[in-house]
Amino acid sequence: MIETTIIKVGMADLNIAKSPNALTTLGLGSCVGVCLYDSRNKVAGMVHVMLPNSRDVRNNLNPAKFADTGIPLLITMMENVGADKKYIVAKLAGGAQMFNVSRHEFMNIGKRNVDASKEVLSSLSIRIVAEDTGGNYGRTITLYSEDGRLEIKTIGMGIKII
Amino acid sequence: MEFIDNGINELYIDVLKEIGNIGTGNAISALAMMIGKRIDMKVPTVKMIDIKEVPDILGGADIPIVGILLNLEGDLEGFILFVLSQSSAHVLVNMLFGKNLNGYEEFGDMEKSALSEVGNILAGAYLTALSKLTNLTMIQSVPQLAEDMAGAILSFPAIQFGETGETALYIETEIFESDNTIIADFFLIPTIESYKKMLKALGVA
Repeated sequence: MIETTIIKVGMADLNIAKSPNALTTLGLGSCVGVCLYDSRNKVAGMVHVMLPNSRDVRNNLNPAKFADTGIPLLITMMENVGADKKYIVAKLAGGAQMFNVSRHEFMNIGKRNVDASKEVLSSLSIRIVAEDTGGNYGRTITLYSEDGRLEIKTIGMGIKII
Repeated sequence: MEFIDNGINELYIDVLKEIGNIGTGNAISALAMMIGKRIDMKVPTVKMIDIKEVPDILGGADIPIVGILLNLEGDLEGFILFVLSQSSAHVLVNMLFGKNLNGYEEFGDMEKSALSEVGNILAGAYLTALSKLTNLTMIQSVPQLAEDMAGAILSFPAIQFGETGETALYIETEIFESDNTIIADFFLIPTIESYKKMLKALGVA
């Protein structure tokens, strides 16, 4: 029996895993966990997106921080270890609004992160097969590269798998 | 917020130190009056950390914590966020209700509203200090309380600071009542406009 190693992905960070390993990010709030998976080659990738767009921000040295730069970089990293872009599909989690600051609509950064991630995926022709986004609660997510399942834990609402 | 684009803004750190010292002093006097007991404090410290470390400041991104957010309006706009570990929040609630300090019960509406009120008092004390330093006036909104994973609650300030740099600043306050310690972390998050206004009011920029 081969053991699964769970690799941690921090905030504004990204990583890849090959079967049987898994990727996890703890306590996602308004950030979005973009999870990519090539089921043919069993390669998984996860990026913890903090902000929608690197072009809106002057300080944009870390590509993993933004949807528009993090997702393409993640795909390249997956391809480098044998993934094929035409088999990659996506699952999204996170993008919550932890506090109600709706007086400023643009402040709903969670939704903006989700929308931007979807736009980037669509422009790269990557299909979104599942998502668990929005709400006002945190999520801890784990993506397993053996079968691409995404496990989502919340406080008070238990565990679900998408 | 060019908080930290070009190195560290020493002035802003000094302002935070000052409001930490004056504000915390005033806040604990108010708290001591509320509970009728003596409360002590350590000199608050201003912490500057990489935004990637923000989710872990209370010991781990997936542990439950309490966050209290207030909006700022007036001359300065933005947010104030207090965060407390669950254990600090419980000590504080037990202190306020005169219960056994080490007791641990789920928070009901009463406890949550008491915690929000403490957030209100602390925010008021900090803002009074900030007003005195800048001659700017601001009002705070009704507090909102969230109990959830640390990473989720702390994604709020991390993202705000992350829009302009790689560093976040906060004030760490430690207060004591006999043998019990409460650690509360305080984030002042002005909008970019307000940050500029604040520096101008302090005679810089």
